[in-house]
Amino acid sequence: MSSVAQKKGFGATLWDWMTTVDHKKIGILYLAGGGFFFVLGGIEAMIIRLQLLRPNSDIVSAGLFNEIITMHGTTMIFLAAMPILFGFMNAIMPLQIGARDVAFPFINSLGFWMFFFGGLFLNISWLVGQIPDAGWTSYASLSLVSEGHGIDFYAIGLQIAGGGTLMAGINFLVTIINMRAPGMTYMRMPLFTWTTFVASAMILFAFPPLTVGLFLLTFDRMFGGNFFDHTMGGNTIIWEHIFWIFGHPEVYILILPAFGIFSEIFPIFSRKRLFGYPAMVFATVLIGFLGFMVWAHHMFTVGLGPTANAIFAVATMAIAVPTGVKIFDWLLTIWGGSIKVTTPMLYALGFIPSFVMGGVTGVMQGAAPLDYQLHDSYFIVAHFHYVIVGGVVLGILAATHLWWPKMFGTMLSETLGKVTFWFFFIGFHMTFLIQHWLGFWGMPRRVWTYMDGQGWNTANFISSIGALLMAIGVIVLVINIIITTVKNVRVGNDPWGDGRTLEWAISSPPVHYNFAQTPLVRGLDTYWIEKSEGNESGITPAEPIQDIHMPNGSIIPFFMTLGMFIAGFGAMYRVETSWGLSALIFGLVLTFVSMAVRSLQDDLGYYVKKDEILRDLKRKGGRK
Amino acid sequence: MADIQVYTKSAAELELGQRRAKSSMRNQVMMFSLMIFLTLISFTMVTAYGAGVAGFSKFFIIPMLMLFAAVQVGLQLYYFMHMNEKGHGIPQMFMYTGVLLGGLIPLTFLTIIWW
Repeated sequence: MSSVAQKKGFGATLWDWMTTVDHKKIGILYLAGGGFFFVLGGIEAMIIRLQLLRPNSDIVSAGLFNEIITMHGTTMIFLAAMPILFGFMNAIMPLQIGARDVAFPFINSLGFWMFFFGGLFLNISWLVGQIPDAGWTSYASLSLVSEGHGIDFYAIGLQIAGGGTLMAGINFLVTIINMRAPGMTYMRMPLFTWTTFVASAMILFAFPPLTVGLFLLTFDRMFGGNFFDHTMGGNTIIWEHIFWIFGHPEVYILILPAFGIFSEIFPIFSRKRLFGYPAMVFATVLIGFLGFMVWAHHMFTVGLGPTANAIFAVATMAIAVPTGVKIFDWLLTIWGGSIKVTTPMLYALGFIPSFVMGGVTGVMQGAAPLDYQLHDSYFIVAHFHYVIVGGVVLGILAATHLWWPKMFGTMLSETLGKVTFWFFFIGFHMTFLIQHWLGFWGMPRRVWTYMDGQGWNTANFISSIGALLMAIGVIVLVINIIITTVKNVRVGNDPWGDGRTLEWAISSPPVHYNFAQTPLVRGLDTYWIEKSEGNESGITPAEPIQDIHMPNGSIIPFFMTLGMFIAGFGAMYRVETSWGLSALIFGLVLTFVSMAVRSLQDDLGYYVKKDEILRDLKRKGGRK
Repeated sequence: MADIQVYTKSAAELELGQRRAKSSMRNQVMMFSLMIFLTLISFTMVTAYGAGVAGFSKFFIIPMLMLFAAVQVGLQLYYFMHMNEKGHGIPQMFMYTGVLLGGLIPLTFLTIIWW
């Protein structure tokens, strides 16, 4: 495991990536996996907009349309947005706190493979031709009567992927609590680390309800349970509650890391420290906490009664307060700064108005009486795309440009980056702004097609053209990535020139042990402090150069997850096929044997020798 | 291999450590007797109910048993799993958040679904 680059065959490279426990490589794997599903979900979105381009369109059938919208939502939330954010958390967060890896590298790898196989499981439904069709929320009465194995694919696929998410969340929590460099107190942690922390804590509390809900659904559908069947004494509303107890924190799990990304971008490109750092931290924690108290605002029209509706409406509006604090802090960070409008900064500047619009429509829906008018209309579609695309996706694209040099050692083209931004940004507002009015004009959400002469034609046409512009933006980004990778112009430690946090103090990409010496943290914006005091190396070491203990790679996570993947198919087909039951047993045995192997073998890792570290330091000595 | 540093405690530190261990031991013994006492009361109450002693109704015993159980969990966590010592702030925060959510959600279900 030398850090010196060697030519390797394809097989060896593949093996290396399949067994890696290095947080930077797992970050790249998450990014690649999430990127793949993002494109898949994007294609589904394009088909949706193509179908709605004109009235009375029959490009796809009604049933297929339901399947496409279900898979679009599920893919984008669980398999694109979250894994891509995990990719950045994995790649960047340990660097920001001065750690050499995450707390549980093995579990990190397991988390990735569970996400990947879960996503694969879900999407194999397309090949089988039995696709989830009850919406991404999969409300129980509908999902219980859905025929074929579509919903089973949804329940089991998300169960596997959700397990991976839970592991990743716990891993990040333990890493941040236990592995901060000397001097890195909680109130010196960069905001991206803070938001990772809070989002991970939310995962810890929000994903178990999802797990329970999915198990109940699986039992109802496959094993004769009656949890949600009112004719058998069950209650269909319970699914809605359980789903949203998970689902509402989930959207904060998505947006908080995006907030963290923008909180890194604004100070870097304004050359000012983040305005109101303690307020930012407090607001993040408060949003995380309140996120659990508002789930029933998705269910105002269910008939919870005026008291419950009022309580949840007030709690919902309360969230606007910490979010507003954040918006003002960002604005005041830019205020009077020496602003450089680079691609990441452009995304950040575009994010503020877009997200505020999404937030304001959120408060509108938080008012329960108005929600009765807006419920299940296109207004809702417009709202959540404004927060998810205008917040999370802009954050992801910004982070892609910001941290690409740190992750891959090359700089994405600024010109193409700005082209991407403008196509995406204009396309985004074109697609979704008009949908607010479509909602007011009565167009229902999830509708397959619409009649001519209702005044919806032009608006839908504009919306579809906007979607096309967004697609062009993403294609330009892909071209940008390909060109940059082919050109392969290497960059130094701090390619943006104004990096403030620890990740910019080390080489791009970092050596596999990250820090030759654990850094001593002397304040917020560690690297900025060192730079302003004229420290050439960018780091004040907290220890002498010595041997470094690192974990060994392992293929076991891959096989553990493969076992669950096979067992999932077995569970689904256990009755109607001859191989079903044996596949279920074989899969579970594979998983448990892998777990046993892992428990019984003593894998104590290895040491990176002092000589090798010194050699690495000398090799890079000339280039800063 | 990282250099292994052997740290020798001074006499004062040793004494402090011993004093702390002693007081911790005393606390643990005290709490252990308290817990046995609570268990005894619980069993006595149930036996009394079984024997039909006046005043020991179900509606008195069940809440009391719940209360004693909660106290026992607290004692276990704080005295035997050392949550009363320094450096346990984060586990405490997470546990209380979990308890809060685990209480609020069933409360909501009780009031707006099953009422």
